[in-house]
Amino acid sequence: MRKHALLLYAFAYLAFLYVPVLVLPIFSFNDSQFIAFPLTGFTTRWYAALGADSAMLHALVNSLKVGTATALLSTLLGLLAARAVTRYRLRGTGAALGFISLPLFIPDIVLGISLLLLLGVAGLPLSLGAVVLGHLLVCVPFALTVLIARFEGFDRDLEEASADLGENGWMTFWRVTFPLILPGILASLLLAFITSFDEFLVAYFLSGTEPTLPVYIWGQLRFPERLPVVLALGAIILTTSIALVALAEYVRNLGVKRPMVGA
Amino acid sequence: MSFLSIKAVSKAFAGPPVVDNVDLEVPQGQFFTLLGPSGCGKTTLLRMIAGFETPDRGTISIDGEAMNDIPPHLRPTNMVFQNYAIFPHLNVFDNIAYGLRKQRLPKAELRARVEAMLATVRLEGLGGRGAGQLSGGQRQRVALARALVRRPKLLLLDEPLAALDKRLREAMQIELRALQRQVGITFLMVTHDQDEALSLADQVAVMSSGRILQIASPRELYERPNCREVADFIGQNNFFHATVKTIDADSVTVNAGLLGVVTLAKANVMCAVAPGDRLLLAIRPEDIAFDDAGLAGEIAAATFLGETSLFQVRVAGRSDPVIVSNYFDPPSKAVHLKFPPQFLIGLPEH
Amino acid sequence: MAEKGRNQGAENGYLLLAPTLLVMGLALAAPLALVAIYSLKTQSGIGLSDGWTLARYGEVLGRASYQVLFWRSLAVSGAVTLVTLVLAYPMAYFVAFRARRAKFLWLIALTIPFWTSYLLRVFSWKIILGFDGLINSGLMRLGLIDHPLTFLLYNPFAVVVTLAHAWAAFAILPIYVSLEKIDRALLEAATDLGDGPLRRFLRVTLPLSMPGVIGAAILIFVPTTGDYVTPTLVGGPAGSMIANMIEVQFGRIGNWPLGSALALVSMVAVAMVAGSFVLLARWAAAQVR
Repeated sequence: MRKHALLLYAFAYLAFLYVPVLVLPIFSFNDSQFIAFPLTGFTTRWYAALGADSAMLHALVNSLKVGTATALLSTLLGLLAARAVTRYRLRGTGAALGFISLPLFIPDIVLGISLLLLLGVAGLPLSLGAVVLGHLLVCVPFALTVLIARFEGFDRDLEEASADLGENGWMTFWRVTFPLILPGILASLLLAFITSFDEFLVAYFLSGTEPTLPVYIWGQLRFPERLPVVLALGAIILTTSIALVALAEYVRNLGVKRPMVGA
Repeated sequence: MSFLSIKAVSKAFAGPPVVDNVDLEVPQGQFFTLLGPSGCGKTTLLRMIAGFETPDRGTISIDGEAMNDIPPHLRPTNMVFQNYAIFPHLNVFDNIAYGLRKQRLPKAELRARVEAMLATVRLEGLGGRGAGQLSGGQRQRVALARALVRRPKLLLLDEPLAALDKRLREAMQIELRALQRQVGITFLMVTHDQDEALSLADQVAVMSSGRILQIASPRELYERPNCREVADFIGQNNFFHATVKTIDADSVTVNAGLLGVVTLAKANVMCAVAPGDRLLLAIRPEDIAFDDAGLAGEIAAATFLGETSLFQVRVAGRSDPVIVSNYFDPPSKAVHLKFPPQFLIGLPEH
Repeated sequence: MAEKGRNQGAENGYLLLAPTLLVMGLALAAPLALVAIYSLKTQSGIGLSDGWTLARYGEVLGRASYQVLFWRSLAVSGAVTLVTLVLAYPMAYFVAFRARRAKFLWLIALTIPFWTSYLLRVFSWKIILGFDGLINSGLMRLGLIDHPLTFLLYNPFAVVVTLAHAWAAFAILPIYVSLEKIDRALLEAATDLGDGPLRRFLRVTLPLSMPGVIGAAILIFVPTTGDYVTPTLVGGPAGSMIANMIEVQFGRIGNWPLGSALALVSMVAVAMVAGSFVLLARWAAAQVR
C-alpha cells in the first residue's frame, strides 16, 4: 500500500513539474495574440513569424555566443583548478576552493550590480564580454565541482603507468588523462552552457545594447502581442534540447555496448 | 659492477626516513625480491628505482648508468603496478601496445610484437577484450605483458600477486618464475608475503623500518637468519636467552638456561661474540623433537595443519609456550622436548 | 610535469590555480570591494560626493519599508526552501529506492522541464494562476465557481508556488545523490536491529541524507532570496522583494550607494540565515540516536 502511495505521489509530482512547461507550447499553437484561456483555435503562424523576427534571432545568436564562450572558459578554468587541487597537496587549497565557490552563496542580483559598478569605475562599456565575465562567476563553481569529482575518481597509478611505459607528461595527458576525464569535461561544458544560456539577471545588468535571449524575452513579456512568437521559440528550444539529450544518451549507450570501452 | 646498484639511498617524506641509507646490489638476470612488512619502505625504494620518487641522498644506477636525474619515462625500467593500472579506456591490445606507439614501429611489427607477448602471457585471442571485462589473473597478465613488451632492462613488480586469491596466487607464482627464466630479464619484486619471496626469488633482501636487515638466498634466509627480526618474520621461531661461556676454534659454548649448556658450531653464531656476552638462541618448531627425556612440559594446545600439527608446550620457568611442529600426536599431554644443537642459531640479542 | 612525484611541484600547482583565482579575483573580489566602497558614499547628481558616511546603512536598516522587504524576502525564500524540500524529498526517495531499473528514465523525466527558459517557466505560472488562467477557467467550466478567484496571483503565495516549481531540480538531485550513496547494508542492519520502516527512516535514512538536504536548502535559499523575476511577474506589489528595490536603485532612481548598501545588507543577511540554518540542521541531525 505504501509502495503505491509513493508511486502515486511520484506521478503527481511529475504532473506538477510538467503542466507549466506544457502550457507554453499549447499557446504557441493558439490562434490569438493573448495568452489566456479559453483557447481560440489552431495556428502555426507564430512559427512562421519566427524567421522574420530579426531582433529575436539576433538575441538568440548573442546567447549562443555568450553560452559557448562561458562554457569553454569556465571548463578550462575549472579544469586547471581541479587538476591543481586534486594533484598537488597545496597550502590554502580549502581557502581557494571556498573563494571560487563563493558566488554560489551570493544572490545573482548582487553579482550583477557589483560587476555593473566595476565596469562603471573602469570606464568600460556594457557588452557581451561583460556578460561572459558575470556568467563565469556562476559557472566556474559548477564546472569545478563536476571536474574535481571526475579527477578524484581517477587512479593516479594510470598516469604513472604511462610515464613508466615511456610517455612524457604532455603525451600522458593526451593519451590517458584526457580520455578518462572527458565525460567530466562534457558534463561541465553542457552544464555551463545551459546555465549561461538561461541566465537572466546578470545579463540584464551587463548586456547593454546587445540583449541575450532571456533579456530579450523579458522585454517581450511586457508586450503581450509579441509573446506567442517567443513561446514558439521556447517550444523549439525545448524540443531541440530534448532531442540533444536523447541523442547524447543514444551515443553513450553505443559506447557502452562496444567491447573496446571498459568500465 | 653489478647490474642494479643502489648506494646509500635515503628518502624521507614528512618525519623519519622511510628508506634509510640503503645499499643494494642486484646481479643481471636474477629474480630478486624485497621482502618486508607493510610500511617498511620497500615500495618507496621500488618507486625510486622507477623514478616516481627522488632519493634525498644516494645514487641509483642501472647497467652502469646513473638514474638520479632521468625521469621515469626515459628509464630502462618498467613496472607492474600493485593494482595493475590497466587503462580502462583501452582494450587489451592497446594496453599492451601503449608503450610501443612512440617507437613508431611499422604496423605489422607492432602487431607481431603484441601478439607474441599475448602468447607469452597466455592471453592469445583476447586482444580485443575491454579492460573492464578481465578477471584478476588476466589483468595481472596484461600488466606483465604491457611492461615486458618494451623489453626493459629491469622489470619492477609491486606486490604483483597481492590482488589475487590464494589459489590463483600460487599458480601465478609458478608462472611468474617460469616467465622470468624464459625472458631472462632481471626482475625486482616487492612483497610482504614470505612464502612468495621464498618460492620465487634467487635472492631476497629483508627490509624493516627503512633498512635492509639481510640479503641472502631463500634457503640461507630460512636456515641462518642474521637477527631476531628476520628470524621472526620468516617462518616461526622459538627464542631462548643464553650467555657465552667459552669460545673454541670452531664452536661456541653457551649457558642457555632451561636448555642447559650447549655447544654451537661457530658458523651458526651470526655475530661476533666474546665470553660473557648475551646471545639469543633461535630454533624452528620443526627442529624440536618429542623425546623420552629432555625438557619437561605439557601440551597446552594443538592446531591440526594437515600434514603436521603445531603444539604449544608449556614449560616451567618460561612464560611463552614452546612451539613444536610434529607429524604425530604424542601419546600423552606430558612431553619431553629435545633441542638438537645443530639446529640452534645464535643471534645478537638486539 | 606529470612525471614528477606525488609530493613535488607545489609551484606547478599554484601556477595551475592562478588563472582561475585571477579571474575570480577580478570578477568577484574587486566588484564586491567596490560595492562596499559605494555603500559608504553619498550620491550627488550623477557622481559621488567626497567623504565617507554610514548614512546609507542608517537608511537601509531604519526605514520601515525596507525592513518589510527584507523580512518578506527572507520569509518567502524560507517558505520556498521548505516547500521545495518537503515536496522533493519523497520524489527523490522514490527514485533512489523504488524506481529500480527505471531510475535513469525518472531522472531524465524529472530534469526535462528545466530545459525550458526560466523566464518562460515563471511566466507560465502567471497563465495558470491568472484571472483568466488555467485554474480559474477550469473551475468555472466545471461550475465550481462563478467568478474567477483573485487570490491566486500577485501575492507571496504565488511567489512561493512558482519558485518551488522553478527550483525543484535543485532539491531533487542533491537529495537523490545523498540517498543513493547510502549503503543498503546499513538499512538492513537497522531492520535487523529491530527498527520498523518508520523508525529506520528517521534514525538512518534521513540523517544520512542530511548532507543532500542541507546542500539543496542552501542552493535554493540563497538565489531565491535575491530573485527578481518571480516577484516582478507574479508577486505584485504585495509580493515584491528586496531584489526589486535594489534594481530600482541601480535603474530608475540611480542611487548607487543606497543600492550598494541594500545589496550588502541582504548578502550578509542571507549568509547569516544560511549559516545558522546549516548549524541548526547539523545540531538536529546530531540529536538522532
